[in-house]
Amino acid sequence: MRPMYRSTRLLVLTVLLLIAALPVRRSFAAQTEKPRYGGELVFAVGGTPPSFDGHRETTFAMLHPLAPHYSTLLRFDPQAYPKIVGDVAEDKWTVSRDGLTYTFKIRKGIKFHDGSDLTSKDVKATYDKIIFPPEGVASARQASYGVVKSIEAPDPYTVVFQLKQISASFIANLASPWNFIYKADILAKDPRWYEKNVMGSGPFVFVEHVPGSYWTGKKNPNYYMKDRPYLDTFKAIFVRDTAPRVAAVRSGQALIEFRGFNPAAQEDIVKTLGKEAVVQESPWICNLTVTINSEKKPFNDPRVRRAMSLAIDRWNASKALSKISLMKYVGGVFRPGSQFATPEAELTKLAGFRKNIEASRKEARALLKAAGVPEGFSFTLKNRNVKEPYEVTGIYTIDQWRQIGLNVNHVMQEEGPYFNDLRQGNYDAAIDFACDFMDEPDLQLQKFLSAKKSPLNYGRYNDEVLDDLYDRQSRLTDKAERLKVLRQFEKRVLDEQAYQFHILWWQRIVPHWTKVQGWKITPSHYVNQDLRDVYLK
Amino acid sequence: MARYIVHRLLLMIPTLLGVAALVFLLLRVLPGDIVELKYAGSGTFAPREAIEREKAQLGLDKPLWRQFVDWIGGIARLDFGTSMWTGRPITYEIAIRLELSLELAIMATLVAVLISVPLGTIAALKQDTWVDYFVRIFSIAGLAIPSFWLGIIIILVFIIFFHWLPPLTFTSFRVNPKANLQQLIWPALAVGYRYSAVATRMTRSAVLEVLREDYIRTARAKGLWEKTVLTRHALKNALLPVITVLGLEFAFLVGGLVVTEQVFNLNGIGKLFVEAISQRDYTMVQSLVVLTAFVFIFVNFLVDLVNALIDPRIRYQ
Amino acid sequence: MTMAQETARAARTRASGRRIRAWLRVALRFARRRPLGAAGALIILVMLAAAVLAGFIAPYDPLTTDYAAMLQAPSAPHWLGTDAFGRDVLSRIIYGSRTALIVGFCASFLGASLGTVMGVASAYFGGKTDLIVQRFMDLLLSFPLIVLALVVVAVLGTGTLNVILAIMVPMIPRAALVARSSALSLRETPFIDAARALGFGHARIIFRHLLPNVMAPYLILLTAFLGQAILLEASLSFLGLGVAEPVPAWGLMLSGAAVEFAERAPWMAIFPGIAISVSVFAFNLFGDSLRDALDPKLRVS
Repeated sequence: MRPMYRSTRLLVLTVLLLIAALPVRRSFAAQTEKPRYGGELVFAVGGTPPSFDGHRETTFAMLHPLAPHYSTLLRFDPQAYPKIVGDVAEDKWTVSRDGLTYTFKIRKGIKFHDGSDLTSKDVKATYDKIIFPPEGVASARQASYGVVKSIEAPDPYTVVFQLKQISASFIANLASPWNFIYKADILAKDPRWYEKNVMGSGPFVFVEHVPGSYWTGKKNPNYYMKDRPYLDTFKAIFVRDTAPRVAAVRSGQALIEFRGFNPAAQEDIVKTLGKEAVVQESPWICNLTVTINSEKKPFNDPRVRRAMSLAIDRWNASKALSKISLMKYVGGVFRPGSQFATPEAELTKLAGFRKNIEASRKEARALLKAAGVPEGFSFTLKNRNVKEPYEVTGIYTIDQWRQIGLNVNHVMQEEGPYFNDLRQGNYDAAIDFACDFMDEPDLQLQKFLSAKKSPLNYGRYNDEVLDDLYDRQSRLTDKAERLKVLRQFEKRVLDEQAYQFHILWWQRIVPHWTKVQGWKITPSHYVNQDLRDVYLK
Repeated sequence: MARYIVHRLLLMIPTLLGVAALVFLLLRVLPGDIVELKYAGSGTFAPREAIEREKAQLGLDKPLWRQFVDWIGGIARLDFGTSMWTGRPITYEIAIRLELSLELAIMATLVAVLISVPLGTIAALKQDTWVDYFVRIFSIAGLAIPSFWLGIIIILVFIIFFHWLPPLTFTSFRVNPKANLQQLIWPALAVGYRYSAVATRMTRSAVLEVLREDYIRTARAKGLWEKTVLTRHALKNALLPVITVLGLEFAFLVGGLVVTEQVFNLNGIGKLFVEAISQRDYTMVQSLVVLTAFVFIFVNFLVDLVNALIDPRIRYQ
Repeated sequence: MTMAQETARAARTRASGRRIRAWLRVALRFARRRPLGAAGALIILVMLAAAVLAGFIAPYDPLTTDYAAMLQAPSAPHWLGTDAFGRDVLSRIIYGSRTALIVGFCASFLGASLGTVMGVASAYFGGKTDLIVQRFMDLLLSFPLIVLALVVVAVLGTGTLNVILAIMVPMIPRAALVARSSALSLRETPFIDAARALGFGHARIIFRHLLPNVMAPYLILLTAFLGQAILLEASLSFLGLGVAEPVPAWGLMLSGAAVEFAERAPWMAIFPGIAISVSVFAFNLFGDSLRDALDPKLRVS
């Protein structure tokens, strides 16, 4: 392949990214008034941070209180997701003609909260820790950076990433909200220091953490954007259960909760607050799937798996569950409404996505008969011990399966045992979930690759056809061509093999006090949480 | 007396050691590697070395007996080790939550006394009238109504009718007594009501018994004012069984705290305990269990002590 | 059919009639002397009937979802309304009594029985055995009920069977304590000595001679435990550490959705709570009266 050709492809990819950068929802009126300075933002968080290290954790409960303390290399524009802009890097970066070398200029004058300068050395140390973690250090997203060969810091304000091969999702991965920039000197002394301490360069300085209760931060006077942040302080209060969390917003003890509420809670909040409430909505790059242990009998028979998918009425689920939970959109492997999504006309041809549920169920019963289990069978469904949307979806799915003669024992587990059982294949079927910070096939398809290739695949199957399709789509620059391959991938996963199949995609609804301004909803609850632009009216 | 106290306190040591050993063994027979479970729970794929290192850090790589001895040795120095979940010292995690739970426990006990003593006394004075029956039903209902449900109903009433919610974050009584009471009075009511149930019945029968005693009859016969008789003699003697019962039913209080702290989102020991169990934070669970067992045993000891002090007839060996 | 056979049959019928009448008399006397206890017994009977006949009396299948009827207020088709999945609350409460009673009965029966056997055996053997068993029971007694139950859940995980075990374990030492003290007084009585002299085995003496004599405290314990077990099951389910959806269980019905939708559907939060309260109330009333009736020593107070 000639370099020239590659760079053209890159150009097309960049254009694609720019297209993707179109605002998700324009309901938010352009802000004409001037932001006000001062005040304290109190928000609720539905969980507690296990450790403080963003490179290691995967829960929003860590991101929401901690993101305001940190900067990242690139970031999503808080007002125009998914447009990617620089954070500690300048907004313009260069990519070599072969698409393998990315060069970033670091902004001058950025200071850590301890007063020291942030330089390329810190960026390099940060990404070295994420991509090539030292022995004994866990990194949650190491796998996303497999293409990186090396990171160099030729001068204090330049960082260079060398890739092994072209990657369409590399820039997006550098905007990952999890990749807090840490200080090189600290990491050199103790790579695990950041698990228990906070010291970044973000818009807010850490003040206090009372475990299980609250987390507070105050304005960083030396933040590199001279006019930010607007808030004096912020306080995150930890409220694990949904009901008190809703009550917290209704009573004004919290002004907002960033993850999202279901429509019922939204109604309650709006009813209480009246004109004081504003609601922001967005589709969510999160979904629940059914994952099946393909090694076990009778699930090793694709007909049985297909029957299980056929039995689930997604369209009715969408109507019913969207009233009581976060579950809403019927979709395949890509978020409905995203540029990669399968149009409804095509989607409804896939098993389980047809609108005529009676016909589907009939086919399901016939398949079970053909597979030698005409009377159905009993199995265990493992699920996470979280009310919403996991338990809700479990109840729905079990009831759907009951109607084709499958008798399901619901086992709800805490995260640890749940993931452990899934990874070790100690389950029949499970409700699995996926949340990404942006729409990108490279991210969303990962969990369907062969088990030996993808640690996210709990289905215990290996399918070279899928692996091959994945590699092909990753290299295809023509969007139409790429979509064609993506369709093939989707059909194989959901319809022909039914290894794992989607139930519904989520809806993100954030009702909050009108007082809170400058925060804009995105299709991911992971991004846009550094509160840089947020102010109180 | 001093000898009795020392003797009883010394007796607590083997019991606590036994408790510690029991919990330790229970939590170690679990299948699976607990550190691995923890990493799995956060969705992180940890390399083998990371898991081994963390195990070494928690002392889980040593032989079982050694782990136990280390742990017990630590407890003797009031060092419970570190939480597997947060990596912070357990002593610290407990300390920041202890004030809330202690205060709640005290308030619930006060509520229980304030409910049980007057109600029990009235029921005894009006024995076999509708007042008596009402009090009996009220107290049996207290045993039957789950305190978490009572808590739910209290919160619902507030949020629906007043758009108000007790504060969600804890303010120490020393800092702001009003905010503090606003937060804790409702869970204290929910727990205290249940806690009062047995005590109410005890007060009733104790007062009844005392009223039948000769000296009360004499006092009444002498024409002493009813109220004086009641306060001077009857109540004083009825107090002992009430204290005993409150001490013996201390388990109710603990149970009430565990569930009610969830309902009211109170950052106390009960919530920590349930979360530790959910998160499989074994080091935390075992420490908390030993701690509750200690408090439990200690309260029983205090009850005996108070009994011995109030009633000279009870002899201490 | 000969005369003799007929007479024998008639005699049998008469005898069984007499027995039934005798039972009825006892029950009536109990009802007259302890109206509260009788009321409790009545509620328990209703509950038992509901649990056994759930399939016949429940208007709907407790698992069937009906998304056209979500969160409906109490009405003629749904007396107690519906939940967030359109499931009939009344039917779920009726079926929920099964979960409550099965878990409650199994846990308290196993706990009380095991505890009683251990207590009696420990009293019978005395000496070192007694000491060791007692020490162990003391250990278990130094945990509050719910703490021990939670530890068992932590070790075993959730699910119906594990919940039964979790509730059973803390009951054992409490039963053992009571049974032991009742059995201690029996140990030295002549008929035990006689049994020993006759060369009966330990097991036979314990099961045939000692246990029947601690029946009264055993029954008292059993009823007392039942109320507690039902409450404990509800608490565990409420904390998400008990049985799992979609199994109908009262505590579970109160967790999550019930509170979340409590404003538009208060019936979801109210009726299961009433079901728990009333049934525990009934068991407590009945248990109290039973104790008074069976234990003459306690009758005075």
